[in-house]
Amino acid sequence: MIAQMLMDGLIAGSMIGLGAIGITLTYSILRFANFAHGELVSWAAYFALSVSTALGTALPGLSASLGPFSFGWSLPLGLIAAMALTGLLALFADTLLFARLRARGASTIILVMAGFGAALTLRSLLEFIFTSKPMYFTSALQIARPLFAGARATPDQLLGLGLAVALVAAVHLILTRTAAGRAMRAVSENQALAGLAGIDVAKTIRLVWLFGASLAAVAGVMAGLLVQIRPYMGHDLLLPLFAAAILGGIGSVPGAMIAGLIVGLAEAACVNFIGAEWRAAVSFFILVAILLLRPQGLFGKAGA
Amino acid sequence: MIELISYGAFFLTLALTYAIMCLGLNVQWGQTGLFNVGVAGFVGIGAYVSALLTTPDAPDRFGGFDLPIAVGWIAAAIAAALASALLGAMTLRLRSDYLAIATFGFAVVVQLAVLNLQKLTGGPFGISFIPRPFGALASDPLVFGLCNLAVVGAVTLAVYGALEHLMRSPWGRVLRAIREDEQAASALGKNATVFRLQAFAVGGAIMGLAGAVQGHFIGYISPEGYVPILTFQVWAMLIVGGSGNNRGAIAGAILVWAIWAASGAALAAFIPADQQARASALKIVMIGVAICLVLLLRPRGLLGERATVSRHVENAGDHAKDKAS
Repeated sequence: MIAQMLMDGLIAGSMIGLGAIGITLTYSILRFANFAHGELVSWAAYFALSVSTALGTALPGLSASLGPFSFGWSLPLGLIAAMALTGLLALFADTLLFARLRARGASTIILVMAGFGAALTLRSLLEFIFTSKPMYFTSALQIARPLFAGARATPDQLLGLGLAVALVAAVHLILTRTAAGRAMRAVSENQALAGLAGIDVAKTIRLVWLFGASLAAVAGVMAGLLVQIRPYMGHDLLLPLFAAAILGGIGSVPGAMIAGLIVGLAEAACVNFIGAEWRAAVSFFILVAILLLRPQGLFGKAGA
Repeated sequence: MIELISYGAFFLTLALTYAIMCLGLNVQWGQTGLFNVGVAGFVGIGAYVSALLTTPDAPDRFGGFDLPIAVGWIAAAIAAALASALLGAMTLRLRSDYLAIATFGFAVVVQLAVLNLQKLTGGPFGISFIPRPFGALASDPLVFGLCNLAVVGAVTLAVYGALEHLMRSPWGRVLRAIREDEQAASALGKNATVFRLQAFAVGGAIMGLAGAVQGHFIGYISPEGYVPILTFQVWAMLIVGGSGNNRGAIAGAILVWAIWAASGAALAAFIPADQQARASALKIVMIGVAICLVLLLRPRGLLGERATVSRHVENAGDHAKDKAS
């Protein structure tokens, strides 16, 4: 039972970690807690669903199952489209709302509030377009296979776990080894100084939105594949995402992933030992503990 | 005619309960700049505490204690103030948006607690038979409605009066000073964290009171009454009315509640039953868009806060920004 609990926790945690990386990047570089990030996750799932359904209808061959997985080529293609579309959505929201507020020199908290208004709009629009009925990428049933010590997981779940680990490594390398990554880190340290050093701050900010939105898209498609697609899926993920981003230390990519796994494991432990009905409270108590004991997070810099 | 008046009284009473929540949020956001995304949680705590204390003994759950309504209301305010003070003490010394995240989580936990602690809160079935003020008059809807309107109106006026007084007092001036320029206020020896904490607790107390007043007016509470949409509604009311202005908070509450109720009635009348849930999502889109639009186009709301800073200072700020860009 314990092995199964660990497995479930790791799978849920890798999903949370992916979303939290997006939050931690936008948080450290754009300098505000974006409440609309959860909605990027939901929109991405619906984007991928629409594209993969359309592809599957146009070319039925694409929806034939790939090897052991429950989906065909239409889903990975849908994911790529969703990353692009979610990126555009984020840029659209930035141009329409956040960029104008930034240009006016609005305080952090006004940006937080704008994100809150945007989240409300985006989420309810989804509910209007797709109704609140849960949807699924495939109707195929997957049998969980035994792995070790009695733990079971479906091939889809293992793929998600692997994808999350690979993406963390990729994002970490991009941030530390490429010029664009260096520019992002410079803007996060000091926007004005980065501008003086010849970094195009506006371009870097656009890049951060695209980056955060693509990661949100992966998290959304994964959550949609492993759980279900609902207009509220991103909203319900938001608290675990914030808890993981703060626990990992704002701005730390590996921190966000490790903290995401911790949050996922804690939720699984709660379901196992206390009861599934209290699962949503776990993130809050992790958040409270972190704010009391180590507000800068596990891997964050003090005073941040 | 009589029906119209009693509906009007009912509508206005309910709107005023939202106005009280809005006044509480105005202390936190309008005066002090604290972003509370968990309004529903504090309102819910007030409603449940008061219901628990004032309902007659119930066999299937803990309590009720059959205490007078006024005791319930006071206890509701105290309980919500304590919860706000605890949450504030944890987050107010940290960066400003941590409070937003913590209050967001707090509302989630309150929602879960009222849903799951069935022995205390009645779980999904909620608590009914909450004593209503002037319950003895309930057979005459007009008198009953007007009496309740008078009571809720009096509570609103009392909160309004107390807040206006507080805002003009040295305490209120310190709050605004901290909001505008924390360093300058600290240099004058004002401990910003302590003042913020006080303002947050006062705001929370008012929200708790509002929750109790609303619960007693309706006579029944359940977890669905304290979902995040309540928080959004109260925010829209304050932003539209004009944050920082107590009269704006009340006007915004009545206006937004009127639009909300009217659009609900229109939906019920014109949209087929199977599409109503879907169409009501559009009502929430409307609130979200309204919040964004007000932030972009009219940051001061309908009745903005009266300018407290010299306009020369404001112009100087613009000038500095022009230079920077």
